[in-house]
Amino acid sequence: MRLFVCSALIMLLTTPFVLAEKVVLGMSQDEVAITATFDGSNILVFGAIQRDAPIPETPIDVIVTVSGPSEPLDVRRKAKRFGIWVNTDTVQVDAAPSFYAIATSAPLGDILTETEDLRHKVSINRAIRSVGAPMNILDAQGFTDAVIRIREANGLYTLQEGSVSIDQQTLFRTSINMPANLTEGDYSTRIFITRDGAVVDQLSTTIDVRKVGLERFLFSLSREQPLLYGLMSLAIAIFAGWAASAVFQVIRNR
Amino acid sequence: MLIYLPIAEVSVNAFLLLGLGGLVGVLSGMFGVGGGFLMTPLLFFIGIPPAVAVATEANQIVASSFSGVLAHLRRKTVDFKMGTVLMLGGLLGAAIGVVLFNHLKSLGQVDLLVKLCYVVFLGIIGGLMFFESLRAIRRTSRNVAPPKKSRQRGWVQKLPLKMRFRTSGLYISIIPPLIVGVFVGILAAIMGVGGGFIMVPAMIYILGMPTKVVVGTSLYQIIFVTAFTTLLHATTNYTVDVALAVLLLVGGVIGAQIGTQIGTRLKAEQLRILLAIMVLMVCGKLALDLLIQPSELYSIGSAGGH
Repeated sequence: MRLFVCSALIMLLTTPFVLAEKVVLGMSQDEVAITATFDGSNILVFGAIQRDAPIPETPIDVIVTVSGPSEPLDVRRKAKRFGIWVNTDTVQVDAAPSFYAIATSAPLGDILTETEDLRHKVSINRAIRSVGAPMNILDAQGFTDAVIRIREANGLYTLQEGSVSIDQQTLFRTSINMPANLTEGDYSTRIFITRDGAVVDQLSTTIDVRKVGLERFLFSLSREQPLLYGLMSLAIAIFAGWAASAVFQVIRNR
Repeated sequence: MLIYLPIAEVSVNAFLLLGLGGLVGVLSGMFGVGGGFLMTPLLFFIGIPPAVAVATEANQIVASSFSGVLAHLRRKTVDFKMGTVLMLGGLLGAAIGVVLFNHLKSLGQVDLLVKLCYVVFLGIIGGLMFFESLRAIRRTSRNVAPPKKSRQRGWVQKLPLKMRFRTSGLYISIIPPLIVGVFVGILAAIMGVGGGFIMVPAMIYILGMPTKVVVGTSLYQIIFVTAFTTLLHATTNYTVDVALAVLLLVGGVIGAQIGTQIGTRLKAEQLRILLAIMVLMVCGKLALDLLIQPSELYSIGSAGGH
């Protein structure tokens, strides 16, 4: 009897660990400082899969996503009216990330099922939330597609399939390229470990993207003391105008 | 050298901005226009958000106009009295314009209105100036003395509240300059420009001011109207990017000095026909944008329309 309880207890304690594969993460940096000469950043994401059991037969895959702060958008479509192209239809997209990068170890469709994608909102399409379009607009999807198309063209939405390298089914690494036109905010970073299209484990962390130094000072001043900021801008403008005039006067009089 | 702009939140090449500022500055000094009608579309083109481009451009025009007006002061080609009357009208107009602009923005068609304004006004003014200057050049090349122009039209002469404008050699009512000031102020605020390209022809053709003082006087009043607009944008929309403005104005003020020098060496008719050609080119480009099917039918704006 005692032996039975003991073995049951051991089984109870060990079972979850036998099945579990946990992801441990490292990053080259957990913050991005936007300075005056900021021209993009490359963040190295690496990690390992922790196991208490032998590596299962089916290989794992890794998906890394980095998402900028989400904001509502007005998407407008032009149509020809009275011979000129004007904005006619507007659809509000409830939340679209300002930046979204996906890095995977294999084609996304092969390593993540539709159901899992829907649950975890991994693909770019799922990361954008659009509740509904006005009654008169039948192709609301066209507006969401346009957001993706325009932002992909600007390098803000990227999908890099096969850019995560996996070593011995345990170690993985990839680098996420952050473009120069970043906005401030908390960039949520998620790592998914999948097997047969199902998510085995996931981990999320944030990358802090912040303006620093002069950028920080000017931005804060413009928001907190707008009148002072405006007067400062004018003073600089007047001074520059006077200085250029004075310098040219000296040059001419020589 | 890439530089990150704190308010616009984009990274752009600093030398590109210096170059653009310089180029527009030369034109500004030559013609007495703020250059906003060229610079604002150029800033859109290099990826600066429109709201930031419009507000920052106002700040940059302050610098290039101030630099330009100092050069005109030394040559005594600024009519302060006329400039002040125009400026008072301009400030009132700018305030009306900003209110009108915000109202139209809530209707969601402000882009179209701005573009239509550009096409209509640039088209009319450019066309008028082009043909007028062409006639003037033909006359001088045939060595025929130009017919003595009666400076004031009949209705301008009959209005009350007359004032003597010594520098311009005019004795007219202050009502037409006030109306011109208000009208240009409204358009300047809606179109996000200094308004020199409307002010200059209005001064020549409506007020009958001599071309020599028109440029300096226009620059003088533009300083005040754009300074006012800058403050309005900075305090209500937070869209003035001082880093962008500094880069543009360093190029701009130097360019304006060079432009003023070039301007003194050209004849008034030549200046006018060059300005007319430039105005018509910008007008044509904007008209084509409205008429030709755009490659991307969709556009993204932040919700709430700011």
